[in-house]
Amino acid sequence: MDNNILILSEGMHCSIQDLGRKGYRSFGVPIAGAMDKYSAILANKLLNNDEKLPVMEITLVGPKMMFEDHSLIVLTGADMSPELNGTPIKMNYVYEVKTSDVLSFGALKAGVRTYLGVKGGFKTEKNMNSYSYYDGITSKNKISKGERLKIASYDANLEVTSSKIKVKSSHFNLRKLEVTKGPEFNRLTKKHRELLFSKQFKIDKLNNRMGYRLKNKFPPIKDSEIITSAIIPGTVQLTPGGKLIVMMRDCPTTGGYPRILQLTDVAINQLAQKKENDTFKFDLESSFDFLGRLVSRFKD
Amino acid sequence: MNLYKLTYKPLGSIAVLVSWPKVIHTDILKNINLFRHKIQADMGEYILEMAPAYNSLAVFFDTTKIKYSSVVTDLKEIYASKDQKLLTANKIWKIPVCYDDEYGIDLEKMAKSKKMTKKKIIELHGKPLYDVYFIGFLPGFLYLGGLAPELEYPRKANPRIQVNKGDVALAGNQTGIYPRVSPGGWNVIGNSPLNFFNKDVFPPCFAVSGDKLKFIPIDTLRHAEIMKEVEAGSYEIESEMYG
Repeated sequence: MDNNILILSEGMHCSIQDLGRKGYRSFGVPIAGAMDKYSAILANKLLNNDEKLPVMEITLVGPKMMFEDHSLIVLTGADMSPELNGTPIKMNYVYEVKTSDVLSFGALKAGVRTYLGVKGGFKTEKNMNSYSYYDGITSKNKISKGERLKIASYDANLEVTSSKIKVKSSHFNLRKLEVTKGPEFNRLTKKHRELLFSKQFKIDKLNNRMGYRLKNKFPPIKDSEIITSAIIPGTVQLTPGGKLIVMMRDCPTTGGYPRILQLTDVAINQLAQKKENDTFKFDLESSFDFLGRLVSRFKD
Repeated sequence: MNLYKLTYKPLGSIAVLVSWPKVIHTDILKNINLFRHKIQADMGEYILEMAPAYNSLAVFFDTTKIKYSSVVTDLKEIYASKDQKLLTANKIWKIPVCYDDEYGIDLEKMAKSKKMTKKKIIELHGKPLYDVYFIGFLPGFLYLGGLAPELEYPRKANPRIQVNKGDVALAGNQTGIYPRVSPGGWNVIGNSPLNFFNKDVFPPCFAVSGDKLKFIPIDTLRHAEIMKEVEAGSYEIESEMYG
């Protein structure tokens, strides 16, 4: 018998996410998965779950939900002043919930995305080897009010492990994102590169699970399009209009703009916790490539 | 198969991006598919998946088993190896499309600006055997090559908030079918009642890179009939082998 969570109010955008849907790129299927994988994995680790189990991703404004059965829960990622039955609870700490307990959220203190992990994971629909919500692959793309979400049944006799960890504040506050060079990096002139690594970039209003557009006007480059080719989460595209777009977890499998930079997975997780008007710098200097070599700034 | 001068670059830390010369041509399509099959046979153990496009192939490798530089070395060796004939099992798919006014909502405007009859546009669109280059953008979106130059037409200045599932559209020198409801900037000239993506079967798309497509004009009545048959699971897409 599965247990349930009843959604009393839906928040801004909540969805179920795991580590993504791999192996279907050649059919045009995006990877999807938790925007901030670090926090999603942390939630599962604190519960002693397999790190691949689905968690709930909560964006900016938290939902309100009632647990209809016993379980263990944990919240990671953005601190949205969570409360259990009206009493404030801690982040990154395992709580036991009982029938009729209500979880709600208040003011957003830091970050953008909160992850709710439950013992044994959510038991929502699984399509193409993943629980990650994505329009057209799963029957819905967000959680709505009145919905009942299945979660794994929980044996209350299991010991409650209450490990609390302290998440490095840099995960939310770091104002630089580590990047490596993208396939079309060599199309940038010295001037472009200097701008790219000295400027503070500001996040535009247009930011979601598919991508983050940056507000800054960036001088267009000569060869401003590419023949449609593969892109992956973290790819930074430069549009002919001079806008930078950082692709995120729901990004299409292919794109048509020069791929000038590539965020590391750590940087994607950090960007996922930033919102409109937050600023950051691209940090190529401190980046190591996949061979552990320091990537030099202006060398192609 | 060593036909082209390829470049090898990292795509993040998880893939090797192999690029062909910057042209869209069926010779390159064939070369990419041949290479792809050889990689699958030769390196399947280390390769997680591959994403082909017009003139590139992203090879995603298992970073716990092999490092980037070794993948590149292996890829180069495979590409340099003596040519092997690829036994293709490619198909020509007959795609029913209704171009009636109800569906071909941009036909009128296109006909006017091109000073061409709607009939002529439909005829030109239905004539070629289109090449399926790859699937990208949205699940099940086929990138096709072979649009008649007479039909080249700019994309809409203001994209539609919603195009319908199955809408057949064109923009620039490309034509395609929207596999599901989505926003879209291409000019809609018809609609196909078929499913181009089915998450519940494997493979989820009936067409693969290297296949060909032919559009068969149908009327509104037949469109409705086929739609019912597709829903009931009884419609079989007409196809023939080639190659």
